[in-house]
Order: sequence, then C-alpha cells, then structure tokens
Amino acid sequence: MSTYTATRTMTPSKSSFKLPQEASIFLVLVGIGLFFEALGWYLNDQSFLFNLERLKIIILQMAVIGIIAVGVNMVIITSGIDLSSGSVVAASAVVAASLAQVSDFPRAVFPSLTDLPVIWPLLAGAFTGLVIGLINGSLIAYTAIPPFIATLGTMVAARGFAKWFTGGMPVSMLNDDFAWIGSGANPVVIFLAMALIFHIVLRYTRFGKFTYAIGANRQAALVSGINVNRHLIWIYTIAGLLAGIAGTVTAARAISGQSGMGVMYELDAIAAVVIGGTSLVGGKGRITGTVIGVLILGVMTSGFTFIRIDAYYQEMVKGAIIVAAVIADQYRNKKKR
Amino acid sequence: MSDTAMLERPPAPRPPEAAAPLLEIRGIRKAFPGVLALDNVSFTLKAGTVHALMGENGAGKSTLMKIIAGVYVPDQGEIRLNGRPVKMAAPIDALNHGIAMIHQELNLMPHMTVAENVWITREPRNALGLVDHRELRRRTQELFDRLNIDVDPRAEIQTLSVASRQMVEIAKAVSYDSDVLIMDEPTSALTEKEVAHLFEIIRHLREQGKGIIYITHKMNELFEIADEFSVFRDGKYIATCAASDVTRDDIIRMMVGREITQMFPKQTVPIGEVVLSVRNLTLEGVFHDVSFDIRAGEILGLAGLVGSGRSNVAETLFGVTPATSGTIAINGQEMAVDSPAKAMAAGMAFLTEDRKDTGCFLCLDIQDNMELAVLSQRYVNRLGFVQRGQLAADCRNMSARLRVKTPNMQEIIQNLSGGNQQKVLVGRWLLTNPKILILDEPTRGIDVGAKAEIHRLVSELAGQGVAILMISSEMPEVLGMSDRIAVMHEGHLTGILDRSEADQARIMDLAAK
Repeated sequence: MSTYTATRTMTPSKSSFKLPQEASIFLVLVGIGLFFEALGWYLNDQSFLFNLERLKIIILQMAVIGIIAVGVNMVIITSGIDLSSGSVVAASAVVAASLAQVSDFPRAVFPSLTDLPVIWPLLAGAFTGLVIGLINGSLIAYTAIPPFIATLGTMVAARGFAKWFTGGMPVSMLNDDFAWIGSGANPVVIFLAMALIFHIVLRYTRFGKFTYAIGANRQAALVSGINVNRHLIWIYTIAGLLAGIAGTVTAARAISGQSGMGVMYELDAIAAVVIGGTSLVGGKGRITGTVIGVLILGVMTSGFTFIRIDAYYQEMVKGAIIVAAVIADQYRNKKKR
Repeated sequence: MSDTAMLERPPAPRPPEAAAPLLEIRGIRKAFPGVLALDNVSFTLKAGTVHALMGENGAGKSTLMKIIAGVYVPDQGEIRLNGRPVKMAAPIDALNHGIAMIHQELNLMPHMTVAENVWITREPRNALGLVDHRELRRRTQELFDRLNIDVDPRAEIQTLSVASRQMVEIAKAVSYDSDVLIMDEPTSALTEKEVAHLFEIIRHLREQGKGIIYITHKMNELFEIADEFSVFRDGKYIATCAASDVTRDDIIRMMVGREITQMFPKQTVPIGEVVLSVRNLTLEGVFHDVSFDIRAGEILGLAGLVGSGRSNVAETLFGVTPATSGTIAINGQEMAVDSPAKAMAAGMAFLTEDRKDTGCFLCLDIQDNMELAVLSQRYVNRLGFVQRGQLAADCRNMSARLRVKTPNMQEIIQNLSGGNQQKVLVGRWLLTNPKILILDEPTRGIDVGAKAEIHRLVSELAGQGVAILMISSEMPEVLGMSDRIAVMHEGHLTGILDRSEADQARIMDLAAK
C-alpha cells in the first residue's frame, strides 16, 4: 500500500444557496408586465395587470402553444429540434374533428346513427400526433439525418396530409361534447397538467436524467449504457403526442378542424422554450422556465394589443425579444466560467 | 510587410546577461468566483531558453499562461516585456507584443489549407485586392523550410495527422515574429518520433533567441528539453531551478509538497479464475484475431503505439462497436456483447480514453456525472423514479473515497481540474460494482498526485478480485501496474509478456515490429 495521504483541504463553498435560473426569467416576465401596466395608465387610463378577464385571455391564448412547448423543450434538451409541431396541430385537428361531427343531418337518412363518444376523436387526435412523432424519432434514430431535416420533412408532409384529408375544406358542425374540451379553462388545465407531469418526469425520473445526459454528451451517454436511439424515439414521440393533444384542443376551441391551423406554432413554441432558458446546445433547461417563457409571449402579445400597437410591429418586437433572450443566456453562461 | 522581412532576418544574437529578461511577471493575482487561481505569482523567462512550468492540475499554470497570452486580465500585478511594462486586454494584444500561444486544443480551420491557416487575417493581396495564393504558398514554404517542417502548404488541415497540425500551429506562432512562445502540453498526442522532431524544432527556436514556455506533466521531457523550470502549487509560485541541478524526485516533492513514496503501488494479490476470455476477436478492417484471458485480481496491461487498435479492442469489448467475428466469454459463458448496456449487465465497466468527448457530461454537475451509469441498474423504483436520497449519499461517499476536490456535488464538472474529472468518472463506474474494468489511458493529462491515487485505487480493486484491462501509452505505468502485458501492432496482438520478463525494450520491440 502507498503511504500517501491527502493533505489538501476542501475548498470552502462561498454559499450553498443559488438563485435558480428561472428567477431571472421570472423577473423579465414581471418587468414586461409592469412595463405594460405603466403604459396602460399613461395611454389608456386603466390597469393592464389587474384585469381578470385579460389575464384569463392571456393564459387561454397561450395554452395551446404551452402544450406544444412542453414537448419541444424536451426535444431541445436532447440538443434536437422539432419543426413539425405546427403541422401536427393541423393534422390532428382535422382528424379529431372528423370524428366529432354532429350526426343530426345524416340521421335523417340513417335513423340509428349516433354521435361517437367524445373519447374517440380525442384519442384519434392524440394518436395522429403520436404517429408523426414516432416517424420523427425513428428517422432521427435510425438514419443519420439531423433532427432539423427530419422534422422539416414531416412538417411539410403533415400539412399536406391535413389538406388532403379535408380537401381544403373546414371540418365543422362539431358536437357539444367535443367543443367542451376547448371551452372555459379546460385548455389551461390540460397545459398545466402536461407541464406538471413532464416537470416531474424530467426532474425525478431516470427517463429525465437520461434526457439531459443525451443532450449534454451523446457519445458519453452511449458509453454509459443508455440506449440513445430508443430514448430519442420516445422523446420525439412524446413531443408529437403533445402537439397532437394541442391540435385536438385547437379544433375543440374553434369548434372546427382546418388544415390551415397551427401555422408557425412550432416557432412560437421554440421561442417560448428558448426564452425560458433552455439551451439549444442541449443538456440544460426546465419546464418551469418554459412555462414562464410561454407567459412572456402571451403577455407581450396581449400587451401590444392593449396599447394598440399594430400587429406588424408586434411581430418585429417579438423577433427582437427572442434574439435578446438568447444573447442574455449566452452572456450568463460566459460569466459563469 | 514585416512578415516577409522577418523571414529573411538573421537569427537574433543572444542578448547579454545583464540585459532585462525577455519576460518578467511580478506579483500576479487572479481570482475566480470561489477560487484564488493565482496568488502573488512571479516568474522570469530569459531569451534563448526553454522554461518548463510544472505543477499539478489546478496549480495555476494554465491560468498564468492565459494571462501571459492575454486571454485573462490579472486582478493585480505587472507584466514586463524586455523591461517595459505591457498591458494586454485580449489575445491580439499579446500577439502584437510578440507573445504567441500554441493551444492544447488545436485552433485550426479544418476545411482550409495549411497556408491559409498560417497567414489567416494577414493574407498577401494582389493588385485587385484578392488573396494572392501563390505568394501565400511561397511564404508558407519558406517558413516551413526554415523550421524544417515537412508539410504541404496546399493540403487541407483535415487531411493532416495530429502531429502535422501541431507543426502548423507552431509555424503559425513563429510567423507572428514572436519572441515568446507558449506551448501547453504539446506532446500529449504525438508518437515518440514526432516528439523528437518537435524537440528539434524547439531547440532550433531556442538558438534563434526565442523564449519558450513549456507546460508539461512528463518528467522525462523536462530533462530532455528544458533549461530551467518553475514549480507551482495551489496557485502559488514555489521555486525556479536549472533542470540540470535536480532529480525527478526533487521535482515531484516540490510539486506535491509531500513525498510520494511509491508511484506504482503494485500489490501482490491472489489471482483467481478466468473472468474474461476473448478469442479471435475481430473488427473487420480495424483489428484481427485478438485473443487473451484476464483472471480475477489480474491487471492486464495493453500496450502499443497510438493507432495500433488498442482503444478499438476496448470499445468492441464494451459493445460500442460490436465485433464482426470472434467470441467473448465472461465467467466461461459465451455472450454476444453488442451494446454497452449488455456489457454493463455482464459486469463490465469502461473508462474511456477521451474525458471530454466520451466521458464527461460537461454542462452537468458532479452528482449527475457520477450517477448516470448506475441508474441503468439500481436506485430506480418500479415507476422509474430515482431514489435520490440514497443515491446522493452513495455518490457523496464515493466522492470522498476517491478524494474528489470540490466544494459540493452540485459543482459543474467543467469547472474541475482534469484529475478531479477523471476521479468522478472512475466513481461513475465503481458505483456499478464491476467485475471487469476496462481503463483506457486512465491517467492521461492528470497530475502526479491524482495519478498516484488512481494507481492506488486500481491496485486496490485488483485486490478485491476485479479483472482489469489497462490501456496505457506510458511505459512506466504499464510496467509498474500490470501482471501481464499484451502488446498490439497495427491491429494484431503481437505478444503477451509476463511481468517478470517485460521491459521497455521488449515492449517496444513488439509494438513496432
């Protein structure tokens, strides 16, 4: 045996308490809120934040993007990307809607016809998303093509599917049971439930640990015994499933399924994830950040409308904010070194 | 331009002894959040000398070099160049002052040619303002001829070997007409022959009156190339001596501040049954017909030159690149190891060669890095939830056992020194209680203290009956630690030597057949 003994002492830690990363994003949310509050009193002589109706609308508007963003966040943590979510919304919206049409008119000819139980359109919508996600995952895992290309392909194809399925016509006359899913606070409840479930999955389960590991260093994850391909298929399938649920909710809210639904939703979702502090390099990011990121987008959209800024300006400013978020994130990372 | 003028300039005469030293560092202090990296450090480099910097990882050498090269700005202290104080805020300032650093991670553009890389941002232009490629090549060739470097200026960087790239880096540094050249472990990826060539170039530069700062962990290099050396420990300057005045043991004592009595604490342990039996293992086009046994408690060293297929054998054993033919038997049971998960289920563990590329999850913390392998096997309940309390406690214990130097387990692994990172990775595999441990260059790029600790640990594990396959390019390590030594050459196992019959000459003979 060696007689060598360690004489070095542990470096004392300055402070074991660290502010979570979400805190700074939350401050940004509060800041934007207060900004519009001040402008509200100045321009409109009324409060922006202390208006329950407005707050409801903000959250409701963003619920669909939020559901997508939960899945996209997981994809981005693995250092991937999913561009197909917006098209998946359309595909699953039209599929779900087609099974939720009221049967009043055809019943005149076929008296025994009844509406399908609401579970069927729901499952069909979710399943449509799941299948597209599974295709994404399989392409990425088993061919060497990058996620950007794979999901670009399904983005175009899924939109095409939705157009073919409907012949370009809206699927309307949906029954009340189905419409109920999109009514009231239900979309928000679904969003928060999904956020909570996957927050727990990412933080407390082995599945979550592996997700971060693959994003941090795919090769090291492989050598540590993680089945990287299988895991990536799961991740993209979940992202597809969540986009499918978002599509179903969209159809229920609009009481109609249209092939033009969800255009650019994927970019809103990615923006929310990035604003929420998830690194595009992979290995970093939390659902709590994404939820705040979604709220920031919502508050901005609502705020600009409130102070009556033209929609075109809104988009320009939104673009600037997304870029600013990434710059701030990089600056924060650099400072830590 | 001064670039061309420099090429024709005769070698600078050696400055007289009385003149101000080439580079003088006075009272440098540099703190990072939570760490005092350099504490009142001073250091002098004379023209026409090779000055080695020695010290354990985390001693502050790299920080000091980055200050000299303008990457970091010191909190306190003064840098004098030829007696004049200089201030540097960015690497470009250092270059303009004639200080060039040859980075450990090579900084070349892989898709551009050698000539384009050397003269980047200083390309000669023709009358139209476009890059004059002929002149570019001519200058490069001239520079290479002067340094005795044999690389085609027209070749793309990505087609070159690591050694050639390094030569290009050095030529690039020289092309800035630099008086001070900083080399950070330049030999870590070179073969012996390439190292000899590198040293020739360094001696040549020394004769021209350049001052060369040379960071290394390798003791024999120090004695071969350095005129002087300075030792650092825990951010403090310890001493400067002439290389001819001291012995290896003296330097180690200065570096660690204590005696390391036994570098390779080989224990004699009872050797048990055959645990791993490999027969005619082949990965088509990479290695062929590799056969060996390892018994419980035995350490089988795997020697050979870089590129001889040693690491490929390890990767195949662990299922990263499954074999195309041949058999692997564990405890007498033949099995198809076609994924790391299967290898782990069979009791194998694999510490990979490249800490950054295939080992660490750099942006995750120590806890995450340590637990990721064992999570496939234990500490997870039926619903997939991680049993965090138990796991955290066991990881903390492992970290203490391996003497990982860190304030807490939530430290991002990127902030640790190489030696500490390696200990965390060793801990990752020990948590899985392996029966067969594959170590690929377990002590590459880590300091003497951590090295001794890892050697001690490997011996200890062998004592507990673990069968160990240890790949190493360091001859003393292989000879000191192994019970038997297998040698590879160009994808074939050329021989297995017993501990008693092995020596450096015989291994080299088998490795370079």
